[in-house]
Amino acid sequence: MKKAQEIFDILKSEFDDAIISISTETPTEPMISVDPLKICGVSLFLRNNTELQFDSLMNLSGVDDANGEKGKVESDLDLITGGTLSVYYHLHSTKINHKITLRVSAPRENPEVESVESIWKTANWHEREAYDMYGIKFLNHPDLRRILMPYDWDAGYPLRKDYKSPEYYHGMKIPY
Amino acid sequence: MGLLDKEFSDSNIVIARTDDILNWARLSSIWQLSFGLACCAIEMMATSASHYDFDRFGVMPRPTPRQADAIIISGTVTLKMAERIKRLYEQMPDPKYIISMGSCSNSGGPYWEHGYHVLKGVDRIIPVDVYVPGCPPRPEALLEGLLKLQEKIRKETLRKKTA
Repeated sequence: MKKAQEIFDILKSEFDDAIISISTETPTEPMISVDPLKICGVSLFLRNNTELQFDSLMNLSGVDDANGEKGKVESDLDLITGGTLSVYYHLHSTKINHKITLRVSAPRENPEVESVESIWKTANWHEREAYDMYGIKFLNHPDLRRILMPYDWDAGYPLRKDYKSPEYYHGMKIPY
Repeated sequence: MGLLDKEFSDSNIVIARTDDILNWARLSSIWQLSFGLACCAIEMMATSASHYDFDRFGVMPRPTPRQADAIIISGTVTLKMAERIKRLYEQMPDPKYIISMGSCSNSGGPYWEHGYHVLKGVDRIIPVDVYVPGCPPRPEALLEGLLKLQEKIRKETLRKKTA
């Protein structure tokens, strides 16, 4: 079993720039921040390295950090510009029985993150959901389309903090 | 109705109003479309099962809209599902009835404000006959809803559809 700090040190010596930081002050588990455009290589290493063997992606979820600039004009008071959208990866090794949490943050205006679908197949639908709810684009994903919302939903990404519900969908009124 | 009583055994003729006969037949064998949406569907299944026994009112699930008399909207109607529900309803032959079961299908329920994906009441797309409140309603409540629907059907006439 490896502690989070040990895992971080192994990754740092292997990837250097791609590994940004480790935060141990989190209320739950320690978290390693990774470059969103290098997460695929890091993930492959985490899975294949004999000391780590992270063979299970327990969960992958999107988060709107809402750390950008809030709109100042009355009409778009809730609109957020700048800041980041994040993706969290909860990994577990069924062989060594240790866990780690990864985080990548991508700019809100062009949130591009490498897909890890080629490493853990379970990521396929999880990434589709993160795309559906937050509009995070997963590069090299084999089938990146909406999974929960209707395929022709054009009103944006509903779990973003500045999402505005449309009045109508296919003639059906949405607000109460 | 007393149709099977011994006192009619001498004769095989019963005189009744057409409305009464038709309504009696309709309300006594409401075949509901086998169709469930969310947690309300679990209660609906419990109502169908032996303990509450929907079948004693002539209600049984029919897995095709072409031969169903009623549809119980048992759960959250998402915008994606709403169009499918409307199509199912349109595929059912007249006379057809709708029971809206539970808060979600009545009014959007807990999703009334922040439910970006929920239709706030199934009556926005199809005409509801009986609303059953609850979250989810107990089987007794659904049975009461069915009895209300039967009452409604009993008052129908051939001249005018009321339910």
